[in-house]
Amino acid sequence: MEAAAVIDPFVFRLAIFVLAIFVGYYVVWSVTPALHTPLMSVTNAISSVIIVGALIAAGPEEISIAKIFGFAAIILAAINIFGGFVVTQRMLQMFRKKK
Amino acid sequence: MAANLSAVAYLISGVLFIMALRGLSSPVTARRGNYFGIAGMLIAIVTTILNPNVLGFDLIILGLGIGAVIGTIIALRIQMTAMPQLIAAFHSLVGLAAVLVASAALYAPESYGIGITGQIKTASLIEMSLGAAIGAITFSGSLVAFAKLQGLVTGDPLVFPGQHWLNLLIGIVIVAIGAVFVAQEAIPLFWLLVGLSFVIGFLIILPIGGADMPVVVSMLNSYSGWTAAAAGFMLSNDLLIIVGALVGSSGAILSYIMCRAMNRSFISVILGGFGGESAGASAVSQGEKPHRAGSADDGQAGN
Repeated sequence: MEAAAVIDPFVFRLAIFVLAIFVGYYVVWSVTPALHTPLMSVTNAISSVIIVGALIAAGPEEISIAKIFGFAAIILAAINIFGGFVVTQRMLQMFRKKK
Repeated sequence: MAANLSAVAYLISGVLFIMALRGLSSPVTARRGNYFGIAGMLIAIVTTILNPNVLGFDLIILGLGIGAVIGTIIALRIQMTAMPQLIAAFHSLVGLAAVLVASAALYAPESYGIGITGQIKTASLIEMSLGAAIGAITFSGSLVAFAKLQGLVTGDPLVFPGQHWLNLLIGIVIVAIGAVFVAQEAIPLFWLLVGLSFVIGFLIILPIGGADMPVVVSMLNSYSGWTAAAAGFMLSNDLLIIVGALVGSSGAILSYIMCRAMNRSFISVILGGFGGESAGASAVSQGEKPHRAGSADDGQAGN
């Protein structure tokens, strides 16, 4: 503790993490049962934000095993992103038409 | 793009994801919610590609293109009744992607700024093993959920004597291997960790009955969130942390709400044949058939 106010960046990240857990908790509580499946499918699409890590892995110009891993992860996450949002859209369209 | 600018862009993207989840909880705002989600994802991807460390675009564009075509075709062709198993299948992809990202970080720590090969920071190694293990469990667990929902595997809970002791043993071994891996940064141990996590993913989901699968799918969703959060800590990426925590907690809450809606105890669903030996297992299998939570939801969605 030499410089009085030096906080490890990890602590900030931990704070963000904990607050986001609470946000997720409160945001979902009031969901109507009919929307359970679309909500699941949209959270699934959102969780493929892991593609951010994949893009960085595939970023360097020279080819490497990490770049191949990144490339494969990009494909998997992209399937999920496009599939997830399109399928949610289809479900919600059906939902509105009948209403 | 300056680091501060991209941090702000990630923050905007995180807020859009929160609004997406919020939107999806009411029928009036649901469609708008989906658009928020798409916008958030777009911002996240573009911001990352503009990162100065991202220089080779050929594989990125190719990968995005392949994924976009496959994903869109599947989403447009799929039967609405097959939705739960589709979501399960998608989850397995996220899990596998998370394992790949963790492995990429192990092989090329420089690109993520977490040290150099052989001298990766301890904290990053811990986060890496957590991300890889949860990702692998998500992957294999989702495959089982998919197979059960699709009818490829019997929906009955598969229980055998000593099952939970075996799971416990494997769990302890995984933790021990993880600890040694973090201490030594030995690559074979990393793959052993991933392999055992695949196995335990299968074993955890197999004893759970087919009718409880929608709850399991939501729970696996939650896992995929935690693995993204672990990756976020590893890469020092706030967006991954926000979204991971968001998906992790909302998935857990949603599976709890779904349990409550079908009058099932959360614990008994998650543990499957756990605890009560054969008596518990048969109670589970008898209690299942009439509930069929997945189809009840589908019916409501259609009304």
